[in-house]
Amino acid sequence: MTSILSQHEREEIDYWLARYPEDQRQSALLGALRAVMHHDKYISGEKVAAVAEYLDIPKIAVYEVASFYSMFELDKKSAARHSISVCTNVSCMLRGSDDVIAYIENKIGVKEGETTSDGKFYFKREEECLAACVGAPMMQVDHVYYENLDNEKIDKILDGLE
Amino acid sequence: MSETITIEVNGKTLSAQAGEMLIAVTDANEIDIPRFCYHKKLSIAANCRMCLVEVEKAPKALPACATPVMDGMKVWTRSPSALAAQQATMEFLLINHPLDCPICDQGGECELQDVSVAYGSDKSQYVEAKRIVFDKNIGPLISTDLTRCIQCTRCVRFGAEIAGMRELGMIGRGDRESIATFAGQCVTSELSGNVVDVCPVGALTMKPSRYKARAWEVIQHAAIAAHDSVGSNVYHHTFTQQVMRTVPSENDAVNECWISDRDRFSYEGLYSDERLTQPMLKKRGEWHVVTWDEALETTAKILNEANKDQTGVLASANATLEELYLLQKSMRAIGIDHIDHRVRQTDFSGQNAAPLAPSLGVSLEDLEKQDAVLLIGSNIRYEQPMANHRLRKASLQNAKIMTLNPYHIEFNYDTTEQSVSSVAEMLSNLAAIAKAAGVELTHFSNIEVDEQTQNIATYLKEADQALLLLGNLATQHPAYADLCALAQLIAEKTGATLGYLPEAANTAGAWLAGVVPHRQAAAQAVQTMGKSAQEILTDSTKTFVLLGLEAEFDTDNPQKSIQALAQADNVIAINSYVNPRLKEYATVLLPASQTVETSGTFVNMEGRLQSFKGVSKLLGDARPTWKILRVLGNLLDVDGFDYMSSEDVRNELKVKLEQTNAYQAEASPEAKPMDIASSPVSEHSFHRIGTVQMYSGDSLLRRAIALQQAAGDERRRVTLHPDDIARLDLGDEQTVSVAQGDSSVRMSLVADSAIPIHSALLPSATQKSVELGSAFGMIQITKG
Repeated sequence: MTSILSQHEREEIDYWLARYPEDQRQSALLGALRAVMHHDKYISGEKVAAVAEYLDIPKIAVYEVASFYSMFELDKKSAARHSISVCTNVSCMLRGSDDVIAYIENKIGVKEGETTSDGKFYFKREEECLAACVGAPMMQVDHVYYENLDNEKIDKILDGLE
Repeated sequence: MSETITIEVNGKTLSAQAGEMLIAVTDANEIDIPRFCYHKKLSIAANCRMCLVEVEKAPKALPACATPVMDGMKVWTRSPSALAAQQATMEFLLINHPLDCPICDQGGECELQDVSVAYGSDKSQYVEAKRIVFDKNIGPLISTDLTRCIQCTRCVRFGAEIAGMRELGMIGRGDRESIATFAGQCVTSELSGNVVDVCPVGALTMKPSRYKARAWEVIQHAAIAAHDSVGSNVYHHTFTQQVMRTVPSENDAVNECWISDRDRFSYEGLYSDERLTQPMLKKRGEWHVVTWDEALETTAKILNEANKDQTGVLASANATLEELYLLQKSMRAIGIDHIDHRVRQTDFSGQNAAPLAPSLGVSLEDLEKQDAVLLIGSNIRYEQPMANHRLRKASLQNAKIMTLNPYHIEFNYDTTEQSVSSVAEMLSNLAAIAKAAGVELTHFSNIEVDEQTQNIATYLKEADQALLLLGNLATQHPAYADLCALAQLIAEKTGATLGYLPEAANTAGAWLAGVVPHRQAAAQAVQTMGKSAQEILTDSTKTFVLLGLEAEFDTDNPQKSIQALAQADNVIAINSYVNPRLKEYATVLLPASQTVETSGTFVNMEGRLQSFKGVSKLLGDARPTWKILRVLGNLLDVDGFDYMSSEDVRNELKVKLEQTNAYQAEASPEAKPMDIASSPVSEHSFHRIGTVQMYSGDSLLRRAIALQQAAGDERRRVTLHPDDIARLDLGDEQTVSVAQGDSSVRMSLVADSAIPIHSALLPSATQKSVELGSAFGMIQITKG
């Protein structure tokens, strides 16, 4: 059976595999899931199975890790080109994260936890502190942190994305 | 090695091995420490925190399951700080646990309930909402109530460490954690039911027995499991004298604290509609219910009047030692010599070289100490799951487990070599191993030793403890005698032990009791050599006695068996079940007991005699089988049938067995190559691999509903190698026509490269195989 993993995904997994002992293939799991996430913007059941097969570990062991970390999306509906997470933990909340959320919701036209109809933005419901309290309020768009947000800054960041 | 040290627990001095975990030491000394996630057979997780105890010089309470003992360590398990820690943990665990014990199937036998009463508080500070977790369907055997889960992960660790297949896992995080399978799959492990036992709460319960009886209503009876030759120790739980469920009884020498799903859920078949509950006679083609007196007198009359040389007696090796002994004793006394239990066997030419009884050659416990094991014709994983568990342990200790089989088998551990070839080539492959081991063979002169066979021979030679095991498939192989002879030679040359994996619960007992045509009980010589099962099941037999057999399922060649039975004048069936086919060919039906309804003895693969008592009520007018046979013996005027109990019968046989301890079998006949054509006759011909699926092996299993659901479609399929499917252009076919002998059936087609070219996996003992011929014969597969 040929794997449904892309060339890039396999290269990425091989890169991580090379960094660990041969009998510790599960060590490459996080790298593998990151590669799938980067490629597909979410992790499908088929990809979980494919990663498990590639690493020769049980499927449920892959699914456990994929479902544990909030940076991995398992729902196809969350697969958008860009993922926006606004921190709503204590420091950010005190510095006005509620207004940031309201502004973004109004701007892109979807509520937290939803994806825009053009597939451009997924507005993730952020659960935990993103550890950037010093720059509150803040948000993470894809892999990048943006701090000390105001409406103007948000416009610039989001409008600058493809 | 580890040194002995002393520690002090609650002021008492205990000795322990350095490095042992504290909880193991306290358990050994019967000091109670509460726990949920710790299980002596599983790895340590230390995630429930229930076993917190106070340790001198430790600032906080420590978990006893993950604290190694040190010399001079002082521990208090019931001090104020230990109690406070335990009470706090208990309160914490109950935050999200529903208080639904009255409607929980685990209620009354729940570790959480017990520990809560003993170590918890009667009030909780928690007033907020509790979490709920949606239940998942993980198959027909296990129910889930996941809101009750306390995340101890015992079931996850059981799958990874004991079952050898990680099917359950803990998905999600924090308050969204939940036990699940990947993508909602059903669990398929042959040992899956054990997760119910390890689950300390009511999150995983047994689906078939759910809500059938409360723990305090049932009566627990010790018994022996009846579906394989391990002889797992079990408890049957009865309510109103019916078996409600079966659980393991701990015996480290046999089954440890586990049992297979087959032994756990087979009891359901006891209450099938097909139970035979009244004695019946066929008069002028019509069935009539009769009294026991009439039935037995008719039976005696038939047997007395029958031509003894045209009478054959066949018994199931699931019958007890006592039943088998009485059967052959009464039949031989009236001059019937044709007695056998080897109904799936086809090659009897080596029977005089067979040992007193087939046995493992080592103890079950020593199975896990082997360094190299060669399984010859055995799917031990599904045939003797608890013996396979021991091999798995050996494998984890780097033992080399090797196989010689007609198809590739998925084991739940790594096998070193799997020699896969057609049924016919198995013999030459074994000869090649013999040659590689240095055995001088007169036949098989042209045989070539390849790398794999050389490896197998070398590993067997190099191992300190090596074992050759002949399994069910070997026993049913068309050249069984040659396989045995070669295995013996290899064992002698390599210093390995030769052992057998007996097919059924009491196969060893059947040999000891003399239910073979060439030996009486305890291997005493016979006056006249009788016919083997295969010779009995022919047109020359006019009167049959069948004990516990459904010939259409339980024999090698159903087509021939049914034909032989149909032409007979009389077929006396002593059975606990009846089916339409049996009603066609039988003339007398005597309702007999199932194992759980009678006292008796099984002899397991080690030669261990394990006796048990009847635990549940017989259905209708059925009688314990040994009593039916005793009365029959009396009616046949046979001397020495005055037994008062089944123990009397066993003791009589035991005395005989003590005199034959030093039994010496004849030397094996010389192994010769098989004369059956190794190349198929036509392009549509295939070597059939007619193994018996895990849940079809006996009448009880075939009627156990949940197990039948778990068995799935496997038995309705014929499996071929993808290349064969391409060769015959069957790629687009959903079903194919399978012909054997004079009939054919339609079966669904599956591709699997585990099957060699020109072979077809087509299980025996199924509704489809009833129409077909010999389990390891040739079949024709065509479109249609």
